[in-house]
Amino acid sequence: MIEATEISSAVALYLDDVQVAFDGFRALRGLSLSIDVGELRCVIGPNGAGKTTMMDVITGKTRPDAGLVYFGRSLDLTRMSEPQIAAAGIGRKFQKPTVFEHLTVFENLELAVKADKSVRASLFRRISGEQIDRIGELLETVELADKAQDRAGLLSHGQKQWLEIGMLLAQRPLLLLLDEPVAGMTDHETKRTAELLESLAGQHSIMVVEHDMEFVGAIARKVTVLHEGAVLAEGRLSDVQSDERVIEVYLGR
Amino acid sequence: MLHVAPSPPLARCLYEKRGWALFALAALVILVVAPLANLVTPEGSFLHLSDASVALLGKLFCYAMLALAMDLVWGYAGILSLGHGVFFALGGYAFGMYLMRQIGHDGSYHADLPDFMVFLDWNSFPWFWAYTDHFCYALALAILAPAALACAFGFFAFRSRIKGVYFSIITQALTYAMMLLFFRNETGFGGNNGFTDFKRILDYPLATPQTRIILFMLSGGSLLLLLLASRFIVTSKFGRVLTAIREAESRVMFCGYDTLSYKLAIWTFSAAICGLAGALYVPQVGIINPSEMSPAASIEIAIWTAVGGRGTLIGPLVGAFVVNGAKSLFTAAIPEYWLFFLGLLFVLVTLLLPKGVIGFFDAPPSARISLPFTRKEPAS
Repeated sequence: MIEATEISSAVALYLDDVQVAFDGFRALRGLSLSIDVGELRCVIGPNGAGKTTMMDVITGKTRPDAGLVYFGRSLDLTRMSEPQIAAAGIGRKFQKPTVFEHLTVFENLELAVKADKSVRASLFRRISGEQIDRIGELLETVELADKAQDRAGLLSHGQKQWLEIGMLLAQRPLLLLLDEPVAGMTDHETKRTAELLESLAGQHSIMVVEHDMEFVGAIARKVTVLHEGAVLAEGRLSDVQSDERVIEVYLGR
Repeated sequence: MLHVAPSPPLARCLYEKRGWALFALAALVILVVAPLANLVTPEGSFLHLSDASVALLGKLFCYAMLALAMDLVWGYAGILSLGHGVFFALGGYAFGMYLMRQIGHDGSYHADLPDFMVFLDWNSFPWFWAYTDHFCYALALAILAPAALACAFGFFAFRSRIKGVYFSIITQALTYAMMLLFFRNETGFGGNNGFTDFKRILDYPLATPQTRIILFMLSGGSLLLLLLASRFIVTSKFGRVLTAIREAESRVMFCGYDTLSYKLAIWTFSAAICGLAGALYVPQVGIINPSEMSPAASIEIAIWTAVGGRGTLIGPLVGAFVVNGAKSLFTAAIPEYWLFFLGLLFVLVTLLLPKGVIGFFDAPPSARISLPFTRKEPAS
């Protein structure tokens, strides 16, 4: 039905009937969702729809009360710890950029790229040519090559977001979760971010939670609308936007 | 392929030419010029370095080591310890045991045991005094005992993810508890009098200018070596991971680093430095007692570091010299106001010079004084 499914039918992430309650408040009520390998998916929904809780469940921060959460075919995320999930290839970007402000852009990526991360190696081993090449690639990808030697604290808000995406990419994640990546960005930065995510789709599966409809329209091949902890509608943005129920709860004003 | 020039820290030069020149000059002054000026030049000559100055400077070198140790954990990893005095005092006590045994039969009771043990009617040394008559063992103990305590304490504190002000308060409690423990006569470290009346070290009398200048050179030399070691640490990727931990520890963990082992490594190393400083300090000042473990003593170390400039290595050394220099002057002139002055200094430096004295000279003139209400800091 959608182009993305033609690329690959392998499933990257699979949620089925996920339930989460906090002190009686049911944040997720039977959420079912699946994302294909290489897909770029946008998730939208009004405040309180359960978007953040869904991300927390996927990354292991919150344990679901019931339901299935599978990464790929065989990894049961409900049984894994946060670091294990991160190591398995799920990278999460929070809304607020967290980069190491006192280190340079290059050094931020240096800490993120694949390497022996033991104390001993960090003390005595020099950076390898391979790592430098990889950092160079990432700097190109996130368009910060000319800022490599600048302190990350001096970057603009948008550039910090890109740097953080670069740091996530450095770990070669299979699935990227991005929480409102363009919040607070200028129009120009938003456009560049859309291009960046477009270019990453295919190599990585990406799930973006976003409020900015223009941005969603620019990148999304498929949109999922959450409402009260469950999926309300799913499909192309234009289809979703014309859905009566969606208009009622979210888009209609 | 895009060409990326590695940033200077990656080039891994410890110092640039000018830095090495300064380093060599400092080594020359400490190891050659000062001893000559003290031992060879006649008293009264303007080139003469008095014995009192040697004693004072030797002590300051030990304080500077403490400030350096504090800077590694606080300035780089963002772990503020308000209990570093305990590691310093433990090192001092460990080496003090050796010095006590060097007294031999020359104590007031002319007994086999140190005076305070005779006074307590003890017949033999407690078990932990075993082998402390060996110089090398005592020196090793002075470094390893604080390191072991720090390692155990740090493991549990870091594993429980105790951070920030909570960690600082626990370190404060640690040093206070240890002080109370060492105040007890039964603990076996001389109670509130501690150890004093040392006579010899390696069978050489302690009171001679020759012994004193050697201790001075050892202290200064150790300080320089530790400065190099610290430089090696902070210019390595390990140092950058520490900085990253200070700024966003959870992000470092998500990058795949086991931050516990990083924090534990620098914390333990820092405590070992303090132990060595204590071992060098005690023979020079001739006394070690539980007041070195008082919470105020540990807070002072943090003040030296903050005044000099955190996260710069050289800054805390400057801070230790400046604050203690001021202390010597003040306590001689108007002793009752010293603590007020120290408090004021800390407040002013925190408000006006967030990067310390070194930050003041590093910054362009327009940005030297930073008023808190105009300061722009990157969101952390």
